[in-house]
Amino acid sequence: MKVKAKIMDEIAIQRTITRLAHEILEQNKGAENIALVGIQTRGEFLANRIKNKLLEIEGVDVPTGILNITLYRDDVRVKLKQPEVKATNILFDINDKDIILIDDVLYTGRTVRAAMDALTDLGRYSSIQLLVLVDRGHRELPIKADFVGKNVPTSIDEEVRVKLKEVDDEDAVYLIQVEN
Amino acid sequence: MLSSRHLLGLYGVPKKDIELILDTAKTFREIIERPIKKVPTLQGKTVVNLFFESSTRTRISFELAEKRLSADVLNFSASTSSLTKGETLKDTVRNIEAMKIDMVVIRHSAAGSPHYLTQLIDANVINAGDGTHEHPTQALLDMYTIREKIGRIEGLNVCIVGDISHSRVAMSNIFGLLTMGANVAVCGPKTMIPKDIDKLGVMVFTKIDDAIKFADVLNILRIQLERGAASNFPSLREYHRLFGITKERLLKHKKDILIMHPGPINRGVELSSDVADGSNSVILEQVTNGVAVRMAVLYLIGTRTEEN
Repeated sequence: MKVKAKIMDEIAIQRTITRLAHEILEQNKGAENIALVGIQTRGEFLANRIKNKLLEIEGVDVPTGILNITLYRDDVRVKLKQPEVKATNILFDINDKDIILIDDVLYTGRTVRAAMDALTDLGRYSSIQLLVLVDRGHRELPIKADFVGKNVPTSIDEEVRVKLKEVDDEDAVYLIQVEN
Repeated sequence: MLSSRHLLGLYGVPKKDIELILDTAKTFREIIERPIKKVPTLQGKTVVNLFFESSTRTRISFELAEKRLSADVLNFSASTSSLTKGETLKDTVRNIEAMKIDMVVIRHSAAGSPHYLTQLIDANVINAGDGTHEHPTQALLDMYTIREKIGRIEGLNVCIVGDISHSRVAMSNIFGLLTMGANVAVCGPKTMIPKDIDKLGVMVFTKIDDAIKFADVLNILRIQLERGAASNFPSLREYHRLFGITKERLLKHKKDILIMHPGPINRGVELSSDVADGSNSVILEQVTNGVAVRMAVLYLIGTRTEEN
């Protein structure tokens, strides 16, 4: 693995989160009916940062939850993987809520598809909007993000790696060359 | 990932495997509380429940766990199968495997049947009880319940009471609890305690009051009348008088003990109704946890590959 470029640093991530929070408020005309759901692992921390930003801007404490989509992934059945199963932790009623689904990188769309299936099993939301920090393209499903931090065109042998202080030692986004 | 592609017993199963199953079960426990209690994880997998011995709880629990993971489920019952026409177990399972199945859950009166099955077929095998040998998923759900209620297993004093000689539940519990660092004891009439059981590292009590004094958890076993257990003591009434868990007995020791029982209960024999239905009893929670634990086992075995 070789780092080809640093796409975002700590300041850029902070600014992007601020902008994304403003976009959420603008598109939803406030934060009254929205709820944030972060896809484990890094989506969870991005969701918390956006929650804090919305509180700062609008003064509204938006309900926030964590979604584990392991049991809904199709690569569990197809590829040779056995991811660790962690608990979903959504302690609010999602019925009639406008859900902002949050993930770090949007790639094939399969994770988002699994997340939508998981949310459907939890209740009848009013709508789902998708927020991602990075959209790297190469979609395999007709899925498009509503809020994008940064569009990064990539080739198939590259990887986008998001690092967040909550789990990593820094805030940064790297473009990685995968060596086969 | 589990270190084996089968679950045949808890003897020799490493601590990290048991912890992985118990941790994974916690997630499934949350799923079975949802309005929609189903996930698509084992879609496309076929599981056969081979029950050569009567069972209500375990069979229903496995079937529910399989269906909640979206597996295709086949139920096999010995009494209505070609076994009655003289077909051997070997031919029966080979024919079933020829129908392209992925997992087999087996209960059989002969100890070692699940091990024998692994030599005949490629499918993953899960032991749902084999003779008086082992019943690993029952012990796992017992350990899950202890951990859920008390928060730990390590260092706890757990006493298994009753017909130890005939009990596969006792054997699996002993192996699992010792691996997890509990202090394990058994208690029952001398005629029901296997010779040299202390060599496994368990204490032996022959007086129930000593067991209650020792225990944080009492796992009370059913007197297995169908296995001729009643011939080991003069009468059921006497058994209840000497070894039955009653409210008076528990109050005498003023101990807040977790009361467990794998079911079905012989009320008024192993324990009195006021204990079975009392505040310390977690018997029904064991049943609920059983589905979650079996979902965890099916998930971890069913999605495991040698390449993982």
